[in-house]
Amino acid sequence: MSIKKVTSHPTQNEALIFERSQTGRVGYRLPKLDVDDTNIDSIIPAELRRDDDLDGVPEVSEVDVIRHFTRMSTWNYSIDLGMYPLGSCTMKYNSRLNEKVARIPGFANLHPLAPEEESQGALELMYRLQEALSEITGLPGVSLQPAAGAQGEMTGVMLIRAYLDQREGEASKDRRVMLIPDSAHGTNPASAAIAGFTVKTVRSDEKGLTDMQHLHELCDQGGVAGLMLTNPNTVGIFETNIREICDTIHKAGGLVYMDGANMNALVGVARPGDMGVDVIHLNLHKTFSTPHGGGGPGCGPCCCSADLMPFLPVPRIVSEPPPSAGGQKHYRLEHNVPTSIGRVKAFYGNFGMMVRALSYIYTHGAEGLREATEAAVLNARYLSQKLEDIYDRPYESDCMHEVVFSHKNQAKTGVHTLDIAKRLIDYGFHPMTVYFPLVVDGAMLIEPTESLGRADLDAFADAMRDIDAEAHEDPELVIAAPHSTRIGRLDEAAAARKPVLRWKADMETLTKTA
Amino acid sequence: MRYIPNSPEERAEMLATIGLNSAEELFRSIPKDVRLQRALNVTDPLAESEVIASLETMAAKNTGATKSSFIGAGVYAHYSPTVVDHLIQRSEFFTSYTPYQPEISQGTLQYIFEFQTLICQLTGMEVANASMYDGSTATAEAYLMARRVTRRDKIVVGRSVHPEYREVARTYSKHNDSEIVEIGYDETGRITGLEELDDKTAALVVQSPNFFGCIEDLKALADAAHAVGALFVVVVTEAISFGLLRSPGVCGADIVVGEGQSFGIPMSFGGPHVGLFAAQEKYVRQMPGRLCGIAYDKNGKRGFVLTLSTREQHIRREKATSNICTNQGLIALAATIYMETMGKRGLQEVAAQNAQKAAYSAKQIASVDGFSLPFSAPHFNEFVVRGPRPAVEILERLRTQNGVLGGLALSKYFDGHDNDFLVTVTELNSKQQIDALTNALKKADGW
Repeated sequence: MSIKKVTSHPTQNEALIFERSQTGRVGYRLPKLDVDDTNIDSIIPAELRRDDDLDGVPEVSEVDVIRHFTRMSTWNYSIDLGMYPLGSCTMKYNSRLNEKVARIPGFANLHPLAPEEESQGALELMYRLQEALSEITGLPGVSLQPAAGAQGEMTGVMLIRAYLDQREGEASKDRRVMLIPDSAHGTNPASAAIAGFTVKTVRSDEKGLTDMQHLHELCDQGGVAGLMLTNPNTVGIFETNIREICDTIHKAGGLVYMDGANMNALVGVARPGDMGVDVIHLNLHKTFSTPHGGGGPGCGPCCCSADLMPFLPVPRIVSEPPPSAGGQKHYRLEHNVPTSIGRVKAFYGNFGMMVRALSYIYTHGAEGLREATEAAVLNARYLSQKLEDIYDRPYESDCMHEVVFSHKNQAKTGVHTLDIAKRLIDYGFHPMTVYFPLVVDGAMLIEPTESLGRADLDAFADAMRDIDAEAHEDPELVIAAPHSTRIGRLDEAAAARKPVLRWKADMETLTKTA
Repeated sequence: MRYIPNSPEERAEMLATIGLNSAEELFRSIPKDVRLQRALNVTDPLAESEVIASLETMAAKNTGATKSSFIGAGVYAHYSPTVVDHLIQRSEFFTSYTPYQPEISQGTLQYIFEFQTLICQLTGMEVANASMYDGSTATAEAYLMARRVTRRDKIVVGRSVHPEYREVARTYSKHNDSEIVEIGYDETGRITGLEELDDKTAALVVQSPNFFGCIEDLKALADAAHAVGALFVVVVTEAISFGLLRSPGVCGADIVVGEGQSFGIPMSFGGPHVGLFAAQEKYVRQMPGRLCGIAYDKNGKRGFVLTLSTREQHIRREKATSNICTNQGLIALAATIYMETMGKRGLQEVAAQNAQKAAYSAKQIASVDGFSLPFSAPHFNEFVVRGPRPAVEILERLRTQNGVLGGLALSKYFDGHDNDFLVTVTELNSKQQIDALTNALKKADGW
């Protein structure tokens, strides 16, 4: 073979595995069957067995698998490569120690239905993590069961619903309004809907804070079951009136749920329980650094006040004194709690994430947890100062761990938030969160986290300033970005019009033929 | 703190740059009376070696992790090829997030597309999503989706569907006026009570192999559901069974949900695992969760994007098909690598070995005096054993005297099954282990 023209490297053209498949290739070997080989017809009759020979399932070697996934991996940006300032996602460093301890065979190979006597270490770990999260949030009740933030939210508002139903009996049916700020994550209203609540939207004021007058008006209308509030809110500002907000809701007969997505601004500095919050969920995959994994797994523990504890999901982990003097504490699972909202997930939650989170807490200790919070807020504030003379910052208040800008100053040249985001890719950064929160037109929400050094922050600020200059001098350059990636901007509208959601043998391959 | 790049000196300089004198001033927007005036009462920072020692001490108390075990019931011990855990630890996979920027997330998007395709191939369905939290929440979402599709409120579900799945689905359903009717099973172990199906029924929900390990006659059940205009929802907790059993799609399923943990994922005390969700294409706009589809750039180059997102919470808010956002991405990757490494032949062979070993084991145990198999329907790799005494006593004796976790007592979840326990046999249970279990049952005098 001779290379006659410049061509792209094979790693840039990795096909789908189905296109790589060759009949007869194998990537596995099982031990020989060591029991008598019974005629399969006598075990499972033919009419219950497949007769399609697993049509379409690929046949590849182990080497094919390694190359396939290693090549594809190089098309991804990641925290380990550089700054990944997705606002509201807390893309902090994922330590290798946490990965190692989660793989200790005593954790990884433990069956969830193994007898409690044989699972004491896992129960102890969960109990200890609950204690730590209770201390961090200032709330006594904890369930580790929710699988991710949205499920933690759902659990939280279901606790509110169960509490109100018990307190008010039949009359509870007239208390079904969940107040949610216009800046909230979409999961909040979606979770409230599953718990049977009707959503009313609370406006934000010109400072980016909850509009207190509107909150009072909504409460005066009655029927308020609660408020779902993110704090610091999604524009990165601490709700300074948090005490008054909680009092207002409580006086209206409702409870306050706090979305803990932004807890990275508060750990070790302030506790939701001390603010008057009744229930919160935490994202272990954000604040406590368990890996985001290309979209999960998460873990969304729910922490609540004493009033809400009777309603937490089952089973609960209970600690009992040592059976004999000098013995070890015993842990068991309590399933029988009639007031509980029930289960939200099979077994006990994403246990592997709990191991990682406890490892994170142990590694930091009290002082390290606070230090991380300070560093995260400092980094955001530093970036805010570096960019606010060029990019429109819609709110003047101090930002916490993330800062929001808009495209107002650039849009007049035809360059919008999406273009700025795509151009950042050319500069070697993952873009920030774009067009969220919805209350800011052309929002760019930047959360650097504590895992960035000053030089990286400076480089990011320089890139943003350069892009602004480009927007004014050569807007086409920005609008056509990214220029350096394996693939250009994809036609998402066409993809949604005629969705192709799985491979088929007769489909077009790497490049569309005209 | 070694995870924080900036030194204390650099941080002091940065504070000065923004005009502050101390870190405390960063928090001046938080009213003083809600600021914590003390250190958190958690541990002092530990060195790496101390963290490992502490967690290993806890792990060592999980004696169940090293014992010969015949416990399954929704979580299964299977062999996972080395490449699975190796590849998912590449930084580019495990330290990235939801592929919001497709130009620099094609690795994640392409494996999601492959995952969706493989799940379609195995289930016999036309579309599959990018994952749910686990089998239980996928089942709960199937209840809700069936109600949206049919605009009916009644769910008819077998008690032979995993009890914890039914509990979770009940939690998800309890605030939206649904009626859940549970139906039973007969002496074969298969579902009965189809007379509950009527023109108010949104879905018939059936697990196969069911909780007792019995393979249901899915075709007949699909016909029964469709005869009243209901959807047929099939739950699969043991994904390895796809390699051998007729796919639910071929049998007439409208929605297939399940648990993918068997595809190379550690049991890890119940999670993180990965929920499977597949459906007929005509229902795609009512599906929960993320979907990845093909898109082209302006040069006609093929890529992948998240698509049909107008179903989702970030756009539809309280009208979304689900509240799910973060899913089980990395676990879906592990399952994808497993399915591709095993490939067509491996998935067939491992399924066949499970069936063979379970058949052998069932035959051996049934030959022991006092022990029998109460359910006669064909089974895959799990089966119920009826003993001469309460199963909890039998299992406790096996555990303490023979060091074997012999199965799961059905009394944990079911009334009227005191003497019954569920035995699960996978390719990891050697003949020696199986024979040792049989012998332990034989030798136990005075059952």
